[in-house]
Amino acid sequence: MEKFTLLKSTAIPLASENIDTDQIIPARFLKATDKLGFGEQVFKDWRFHKDGTINKEFPLNNSKYSGSILVAGDNFGCGSSREHAAWALVGYGFKVIVSSFFADIFKGNALNNGLLPVQVTEDYLKKLIVHLEENPTSEVIVNLEEQTIESEIGNASFEIDAYKKTCLLNGYDDIDYLISKKQQINAFEATF
Amino acid sequence: MRKTLFDKVWDAHVVDVIENGPQILYIDTHLIHEVTSPQAFEELEKRGIPIARPDKIVATADHNTPTINQHLPIKDALSRNQLEKLTKNCLKNNISLYGLGHENNGIVHVIAPELGITQPGMTMVCGDSHTSTHGAFGTIAFGIGTSQVAQVFASQCLLLEKPKKMRVLVNGELKKGVLPKDVILYIIAKLGTNSGTGYFCEYAGDVFENMSMEGRMTVCNMSIEMGARGGMIAPDQTTFNYIKGKEFAPKGTDFDEKVAKWKTLATDVGAEFDKEYEIDASDIEPMITFGTNPGMGIKISEKIPYKNESSFEKSLTYMDFEKGKSLIDTPINYVFIGSCTNSRIEDFRVAANYIKGKQKAENVTAWLVPGSQRVAKQITEEGLKATFEAAGFTLRQPGCSACLAMNDDKIPSGEYCVSTSNRNFEGRQGQGARTILASPLVAAAAAIEGKIIDVTKVLEPVL
Repeated sequence: MEKFTLLKSTAIPLASENIDTDQIIPARFLKATDKLGFGEQVFKDWRFHKDGTINKEFPLNNSKYSGSILVAGDNFGCGSSREHAAWALVGYGFKVIVSSFFADIFKGNALNNGLLPVQVTEDYLKKLIVHLEENPTSEVIVNLEEQTIESEIGNASFEIDAYKKTCLLNGYDDIDYLISKKQQINAFEATF
Repeated sequence: MRKTLFDKVWDAHVVDVIENGPQILYIDTHLIHEVTSPQAFEELEKRGIPIARPDKIVATADHNTPTINQHLPIKDALSRNQLEKLTKNCLKNNISLYGLGHENNGIVHVIAPELGITQPGMTMVCGDSHTSTHGAFGTIAFGIGTSQVAQVFASQCLLLEKPKKMRVLVNGELKKGVLPKDVILYIIAKLGTNSGTGYFCEYAGDVFENMSMEGRMTVCNMSIEMGARGGMIAPDQTTFNYIKGKEFAPKGTDFDEKVAKWKTLATDVGAEFDKEYEIDASDIEPMITFGTNPGMGIKISEKIPYKNESSFEKSLTYMDFEKGKSLIDTPINYVFIGSCTNSRIEDFRVAANYIKGKQKAENVTAWLVPGSQRVAKQITEEGLKATFEAAGFTLRQPGCSACLAMNDDKIPSGEYCVSTSNRNFEGRQGQGARTILASPLVAAAAAIEGKIIDVTKVLEPVL
């Protein structure tokens, strides 16, 4: 897994709430047996009209926006457990998702793929979205070591599990850790 | 210390606690399917790690399988490849697979309980968010991502923070025509789609105590739709009776010993929850959704509420519904009875009981998709198939089908579908499809009438 320490980037605002993983990556694209190519399909049915033409209104298609930070509405990533959603967002180039609330499974999937979920207050989120809509070239800094997000509307801190933080800072993943605990797991199994 | 059902099962499975970090939780049973497992197999292979406990894994093909002509080769090359990969991976790693055509094949959350694989007090995971279904047995069961599938493959464990605990109490008597699906749709509409995020939810009270295992599974299945990783119901005599005699259930004295242990799992009197809700059963009515998340539900007799939020309005625009309007008499051309939420024998009994002696509306395309081969067999044996066919319905073969529309079972753009599945997200049942979630009874009535009707007005007193 790629390391994450600090990111300075412009950001794309996506105000919708309850963005479920079916929107992030529709089920018809889940037929692949590897992790490649999902980035091209991210938000497919929002990025394109039914007739296949591009939806220029959608923030990801709007040329005024760019960057590897997605700032999205409350309860991001709800619904299906498909990790393909995290692969699609990473594949598209996102490294951070900012929201006021993340669904559990998505949050775990994101962290397991080096995609940092930054949870801020509803108030901060609303202000940030409006600010980005009005100032699309404004940059946002996400500092994992300090657990802070800095933008022109002000700074905020965010929570992250200490273990997960270490994993991200060093690029470790859970498999490495669990394998290192093998003896203990075997001993537990024997008594179970 | 007084413990909850969730605490008892969780604590018994903790291998270790990392300081200021997650816990290592041991997993008893790992269910896998074709869509969320191939990348996990690949990950282990890449790292040269063997599968720790292939004997604790059960595989089925369900998400991406056709529901007609299952004996023929699958036409779509990608889908065929995905199923072939599953078969190869299972063979190579000595994993039990109930593939297409196998007598035990079906939707992962239908087959594990009916085979007796799901048992109280267990920890179970699957790369599917509706794994919460198995909580109906007093099991800690939850959906995981593919990275976690790989973690369980590698170690039979997961690194997790212990979730918080909530309880939903529903006491009283359910009204005529109110099914378990209505109970859970009501709970989600009342509490909201993220009310359970970070929690495991126990359902308690006499409504659940009096519910069948099929009904309990429907309720626990949709826990994830309020954000809860899992739902649980304390095991009781109904649970033990259901498990007894099932293929993989303990037998003889072994079964009796297990039952004695399972009886100790119920939440201790006075045990504390982080939050608790109480609902009066008599307030629940047949439910229906009008929007694009499962929390956007109303009683079938109610009108769409007034709310001035952009997400709410976007949702109504997608559905082509208006604030203040009733859904009664809305013409519908599609009905889907199936999915891990409502594809068990009881669901088809309810539908057949309503349909008996009536005729399907001509404008309606109805997909009746049993959850498993065993359910399909039982439908025939109980004579329900004959009832459906006499009314102009045809039964399809088992699978997830139009719940997520990965296979060819897609609802056309712009069409309404009254569906017994679990998600009404935009495009869930096909690009542009408009899903209306409901119980098998409401869905059956819509298939007969060709429009949404208030079932409470037409029910025989027996139902």
